[in-house]
Order: sequence, then C-alpha cells, then structure tokens
Amino acid sequence: MSEKTKLPIGAEAVATKGWIGAHKWLLLRRLSQAFFLGLFLIGPWFGLWIVKGNLAGSLTLETLPLTDPLVLLQSIVARHWPEMTAILGALIVLAVYALIGGRVYCSWVCPINPVTDGAYWLHNKLGVPKGWQPKKSTRYWLLAMLLIVSAATGTVAWEFVNPITMLQRGLVFGMGFGWTLVLGIFLFDLFVSRRGWCSHLCPVGAFYGLVGNKALLRVSATNRAACDDCMDCFAVCPEMHVITPALRGKTEDTPLILSPDCTNCGRCIDVCSVDVFRFTNRFDKAPAPGRDEAARKSPAQQTRAA
Amino acid sequence: MPAAAKAKPIDRRRFLLDAARVAAGCAVAGTLLGAYAGQARALPAEALRPPGALPEGDFLAACIRCGLCVRDCPYDTLTLAELGEGPATGTPFFTARDIPCEMCEDIPCVKACPTGALDPALDDIGDANMGIAVLVDRENCLNALGLRCDVCYRVCPVIDEAITLELTHNERSGHHAMFMPTVHAEYCTGCGKCEKSCVLPEAAIKVLPERLARGKLGEHYRLGWEEMQEKGGPVVEGIIDLPDRLPGPGTDNLAAPGGFEPAFKIPGASE
Repeated sequence: MSEKTKLPIGAEAVATKGWIGAHKWLLLRRLSQAFFLGLFLIGPWFGLWIVKGNLAGSLTLETLPLTDPLVLLQSIVARHWPEMTAILGALIVLAVYALIGGRVYCSWVCPINPVTDGAYWLHNKLGVPKGWQPKKSTRYWLLAMLLIVSAATGTVAWEFVNPITMLQRGLVFGMGFGWTLVLGIFLFDLFVSRRGWCSHLCPVGAFYGLVGNKALLRVSATNRAACDDCMDCFAVCPEMHVITPALRGKTEDTPLILSPDCTNCGRCIDVCSVDVFRFTNRFDKAPAPGRDEAARKSPAQQTRAA
Repeated sequence: MPAAAKAKPIDRRRFLLDAARVAAGCAVAGTLLGAYAGQARALPAEALRPPGALPEGDFLAACIRCGLCVRDCPYDTLTLAELGEGPATGTPFFTARDIPCEMCEDIPCVKACPTGALDPALDDIGDANMGIAVLVDRENCLNALGLRCDVCYRVCPVIDEAITLELTHNERSGHHAMFMPTVHAEYCTGCGKCEKSCVLPEAAIKVLPERLARGKLGEHYRLGWEEMQEKGGPVVEGIIDLPDRLPGPGTDNLAAPGGFEPAFKIPGASE
C-alpha cells in the first residue's frame, strides 16, 4: 500500500482525468440501466410499443422474442416443456450474455443494481460496519435451492419472491406490495451485510455468472506495471477478489480478469488514475509486464528486508 | 473456488462445518419458499385465468409472468397479480365483475403467450373454460322475484345455449311464470359477461372456477338412456324380477309363510 491509499476513493482519478473522465463507465452504466427500463416503460406510459412484456419475457418490435433463461429453466424443471417462442427467446439471451459476460446483466441491465449501489453508497457515508459476509459460494447454493424447490413444488418458484422481476414488473405493470421486497434488499445491504445481495446471495447473478464463464468481453489490467497501490479499484469493485490475480500477477500471468464473478461494470477503469485497466477480449495477447519483484513486496516485507 | 486452489492444507472440519452451515441455511430458505409457493397455489375463487389457461397446477409451472397476454388484450381485461393481491404474484387473471372477457374470435392473449401456459391448441374461443356461471342466489335474482330482468341471458355471447330461461310456476302469485336463468355448463365459457351485467348491487349470477361450480359423476356411472341409444335397444334383455319384500309378521319373509303373497307374478319371469 502507498500513501495514496489514504486519499478519498477516486480523488486522484478525478484530479487527473476530470470528473466526467473518472465516472465515464458509471455514467454509461446508469444510462444503460435507464435505457433498458425505459424501453419497457414507454409502452405503457406513452403508447409507444417498441418492447412489450418485462424482463422475464418480452417481444420487441412484434418480432424479437426474449426470455429470461433462468425463469424458463425453472419452468422446465417444474415439468412444463415451453413453446418454441420462449425457448428461442432464452437461447438468444443466453448467446448474448455468453458472449459479452453473463454478469453484464447485473451491472448494466438489472434494476436492483442502482438500489444496492445506493445502499452501498449510504452504507459508506454512514460508516456502517460491513456486517455479515456470507461466502461467495452461497449464491450457487441458493441457485441450486431454487431449482430444487421449483422441481418439488412444480412452480416457477423463484418468481414468487424474485426482487429483480418484482421491481421491474412492478414499475411496468403495477407494484402492489412489491416495493417492500425492494426496500428489504436496500436495508439488508445498508445495515446487515455490505454488498450482501448482489455480491453474495443473488442466485440470478450466480446463474448469469455461470452463463458468462467463458465470455469474450473482459476487463484487463494490461497496464498493471503502472499500478501505484492506491487501492481505489479494490474499494469500488463489488467483487474485489476478481482483481487480485490479474493486477498482482507476474509477467507470465494473464492480466485478464477471467473470474465469472466480474460484472464488467468498468468502475475499476474509471477510478484508476494511471489507467491500468481497459476493456478488451479474452484472447487479447497484448504484453502486460507484471511489476518487478521489489515493487511487488508489501511494505511489511520491504521493512523486513531492510 | 480460488481459495481452494491455494497450497493451503484443506481443513476438513472447517470445510464440513461451512458446507453444513450453508446447506442448512438454504434448506430453511428453500422450505420457506416452498411453503409460500404452495400457499400461492390457492387461487381465489373470483380470480379467473385467461382463456386456454392450463389447470392451475400446470399453469404455475408454465407461466413466466411476462405479461404479454395482458398487453395484447384489447379490452384491458387481464392484469398481472401484484404482490399481496391474491393470485400468484405476476400471473395474469381477471375479475368478471370488473371487466369480463369479451371472447375475441382470434384469441390474442393465447397467441401472445410465449410458453404455452395459455394452450395454443385453443382455436375456438367457444371452447374456452375460464369458469362456469352459476346462479348463486335463486332468491334475490329479479327473475326469481317474477320480473323479466333477463339481462344475464341477453348479454350472454352464447345466448340460448349457455344460458336459457326455464319457465316455472310462480307459487307466490299463483298464476304467473318465473323465467329462471339456467346455465348449461357444456356451453358456458366463463367469460363473465353475465356476472358483470347483473343489475343487482351484488351479482346473483357469478362465474366460479369449475371445481366450485360443478360436481362430478363417478367414473363408473352409466346413464341408461345413453347406453340404450348407443346399443340401439334395451341394455338388459328381458325382465329381471327381483324378490319382493312384502309386509308381514316376519321381517325376512319374502313371499313366505305368515306374510302376504305377491299380488302379481310377472309372467315368464324366473325367481
């Protein structure tokens, strides 16, 4: 770690790149989230039916069917074989996310993301302790659980409580008491568990992570030699364990962030004042020398060496 | 997991404990979710599913709650259930008394369904089975009071088949007729137009789900008149003369000592 670790998160990036430059991907992401929600809303609000339906299933321009593959998978394990339209819609969605990274859904589309990001922001403002941190693998267990419950009850079980579709369907079709679940997630992330929902529990995120396991679009720490240990990328990353192998890797290690947990949100790119990270593809072989051994040693090791 | 890949020796006790902990947590969450899903299967009687909807159990496995049927309903009949509203959250339904089904001939809601939760095999809206109208209040129905309201009969899209007016004697006045609206389940689609237009503050005729509206004949029942028609003659050849139970001193005496002799013996019948 360096002296810069103690600066406010992102301060340096703002100083070097300007506020817009240091929030480029964040702004794009918010725009994207608003865009995907707006697509569904301009129908009911203004009678402009570009997209009908919701995130579980939709029809774009009366031709393109899209289906949430996880919802459809539950339907199948509940022993209903869907019509071709739904299957085709799910395959298209699977193909897209398999290509661009499954968890792109989490950070660029999912309407719960702004909610939990808001909770995280307030969590930090209030200085709340990080609280309960369930293992990252918990979400895979929950994913297995909801498939088992779907099979056992013969229903699309997760959709009874899924806060994602609950919020989006609520905004597009009418909310009822659906807002209580969303508020629940917000309060959970704020007081009970830092980044608890999206980074530890959400089975939808787990599913999309698996979908994008071999995705083409990846973030790479290509310029890792320039890293000055300010730790800002770790501070903003919702899945910070994904950074270490790429950023701290030796020259022979890949600088690509290959973990399926990475949501391709691009905040690490924003917040880095020396532009270590960039978006690229998983076959990018651009040379990315690691930092030399001396710089790699932690301050404690250096002290010990001296 | 990357942690497991490290050279650290695996602490078996800790691993088992962690696994047990997360498995127990998921089991609890799963049980709660399962119980909730089970409860949500009880569809309120006044909530009707769109035309062609699979039986409720299958429907909850098939419907992905996308709302495309709602969007393509030209009369805004269908809505998606909101949390806490009754039917399973996000599933489509309608309430006949609010907006009934207009029975579109091209059935756009079924066409819109991407999963087949609304059965695409339904190509004639007349075959729809959303529920069955029942004249639930045969006392307050205006026709039962001797008036000629007839509104339910008039609005029925399947008039004279699904609802007929059956004449009965008006016992109260002694010299009038009552024209009782009578539903014939075979033709009723459950569209709910009758319930919607019943002039009473609380409808006397209501569309109920089939399980509430109808009884069911045992599988082994045979209707003599239908069997006869099928066979083209009497089902049983000849006449069977069953033993007569006749009054008399002894209870078991069948045409026996001390009792009465049968007054009439069927000629040619065997005992």
